[in-house]
Amino acid sequence: MSTKHTEAAKKFIANKEKEKWHDETLWGVRAKRDRLTKIIPEWEVLRETAAKIKMHTISHLDKYLDEFSKKAEANGVIVHWAKDAEEHNKIVYEILQKQNVKKLVKSKSMLTEECNLNEYLIERGIDVIESDLGERILQLKKEHPSHIVMPAIHLKRQEVGELFEEKLHSEKGNSDPTYLTRVARKSLRNEFLTADASMTGGNFGVVETGDVVVCTNEGNADMGTALADIHIVSMGLEKLVPNHKTLSVFTRLLARSATGQPITTYTSHYRKPREGCEMHIVLVDNGRSQLVGNKDHIQTLKCIRCGACMNTCPVYRRSGGFSYTYFIPGPIGINLGMAKNPQKYYDNVSACSLCYSCNNVCPVKIDLADQIYRWRQSLDSYGKAPAMKKAMSSGMKLLFAHPSLFRMGLNMAPIVNHLPRFMVYNGLNDWGKGRELPKFASESFAQMWKKGKVKSKNKNSDE
Amino acid sequence: MKIGLFIPCYVNAIYPEVGVLTYRLLDSLGLDIDYPLDQTCCGQPMANAGFEDKALDLARNYNELFDKYDYIVAPSASCASFARFNHPHILEKAGHQCQASQKTYDVCEFLHDIVKPYKLPGKFPHKVSLHNSCHGVRELKLSAASELNIPAYSKIKDLLKLVEGVEVLEPNRVDECCGFGGMFSIEEPEVSVCMGQDKLRNHIATGAEYITGADSSCLMHMEGIVNREKLPIKFIHVIQILAAGL
Repeated sequence: MSTKHTEAAKKFIANKEKEKWHDETLWGVRAKRDRLTKIIPEWEVLRETAAKIKMHTISHLDKYLDEFSKKAEANGVIVHWAKDAEEHNKIVYEILQKQNVKKLVKSKSMLTEECNLNEYLIERGIDVIESDLGERILQLKKEHPSHIVMPAIHLKRQEVGELFEEKLHSEKGNSDPTYLTRVARKSLRNEFLTADASMTGGNFGVVETGDVVVCTNEGNADMGTALADIHIVSMGLEKLVPNHKTLSVFTRLLARSATGQPITTYTSHYRKPREGCEMHIVLVDNGRSQLVGNKDHIQTLKCIRCGACMNTCPVYRRSGGFSYTYFIPGPIGINLGMAKNPQKYYDNVSACSLCYSCNNVCPVKIDLADQIYRWRQSLDSYGKAPAMKKAMSSGMKLLFAHPSLFRMGLNMAPIVNHLPRFMVYNGLNDWGKGRELPKFASESFAQMWKKGKVKSKNKNSDE
Repeated sequence: MKIGLFIPCYVNAIYPEVGVLTYRLLDSLGLDIDYPLDQTCCGQPMANAGFEDKALDLARNYNELFDKYDYIVAPSASCASFARFNHPHILEKAGHQCQASQKTYDVCEFLHDIVKPYKLPGKFPHKVSLHNSCHGVRELKLSAASELNIPAYSKIKDLLKLVEGVEVLEPNRVDECCGFGGMFSIEEPEVSVCMGQDKLRNHIATGAEYITGADSSCLMHMEGIVNREKLPIKFIHVIQILAAGL
């Protein structure tokens, strides 16, 4: 009984040292988040407020999208609408082609990852440069992010050092983080200066002003947009907030939840193009509008991509981002993958012990674990229910739906204790991987009750 | 006040002493307890695995069987939680109204919130490490979940204070999952065992002689690892401490 996640997790855990390091590093981020959130007395009120603002905005999305796009256009921004990933990529490419752009410098964007934009543009001859340090490392290594906020968290600094030696000609054997950052910075500086266009994601779109708000720690988004004459924003439809007042709730929640910082180093508001320059906003649906009408899963649209659910997830920490088959891992990724294509991404729903910690850290109170539970209920209808789990559930139902059969089972269970070890711990027994089976009691509670061995002392004294 | 005792399937078969002591403790507090014999399982194992339809008959049976009691009490936070929070929507889908779910309590919760004993007779002069189980903490709210910014409390610790001599410790990562998770434990055995090993390391580091908690299922999973790896710690359900000497 195993899914693709199970198999990949098994491989990840086989490297015990790295698994431990991954678990402890991400637990460290969770612990930092805990410390930071506990000094905000109104933290739980903020979460509740944010959840309500998001639900309000999502359930009035038509009105807010209309207002936002009108404001942005009045500010001189060119607004585009993309129904899916392909249309998004086409729009971006056409903008670049029209201005004869050769080099595009990007800040971090999970949406462009979702659309596979980089591959699309590179195939068409555009030089695409990722400028977020983690993303740049992955681009040089030809890998994808394993975490949505800390994309290269699966790599140790020694691995980055070796990569930079090869790609950026850094000193041999030097994996000092400050040194490596300076090497990356120096090489990126040249890319910034020679780029024709810049691209950012958008953490929030503010409806009342048409602002796009981008939160980064490295200032790379600002460097890119300040130097190039064209700025393209790629943003999901669900990223809107009504106004600056409501935005302030999210800027207090985002970095504290994500990395345990009070706020991101840069919170940049982009409202209009610079004199003589162009600013574009591409608003992307790619399945999002389908979720608005889905009461079981609409809440995933509240997500602000902070990654807190990954850091707290005991399964994610011990199996790594690449053990999931969807490009976003962890609890939110399990749900977004299923919302995207259950036939394709069903392997990830096994990656959950239903501990509910994700629900509690989520700054917008998405019912992440409940949704995973609900997706599991639907697997059978897609023909993707694990056969052994189904057989076991049917067997248990048979046993438990017949109380007399159950009691007979209870009477006979102790026999299992005396089976030879090779019969109990064979290859089919997944429990036996690392655990001994519990021993059945010689007499069950039901047997003792029937024999009158469990009885009231109070009643005896009355009689 | 008539109490229906719900002894979850695996407690019935593997840890019957936990059931017996639950009965004795409630009985010693002057409560009227009955055990309807036709009970089996709450349906959680199948439902969490994705087969709520296979839990429907069990939920219906549970609700019919226990409807006549004022309270239903179970020595298992996770099973009580499943009956309370999942039976209503499972039965609703089949056009039934849930009868018993809101009256279902984990025994610790029931003692703390309803019975409120001010003393318990027993002594337990040992160090224990408290296992704050996921469904106990995050669903039944037996203690303040570590993720939330709410005042600290623990219903189980409050109860254990009534027992003379017991020293209650808590592990690092105070309410991280132990990795049991029902069928998760066999569908993702490597992750499940790894989580259990990490949890045990934190429990053992407290220097406690016993791990105690309100969920025998978590204890069963961790005990399986302890027995395989011959680790130096024992297990005891919290009710066995609360009912010490009975």
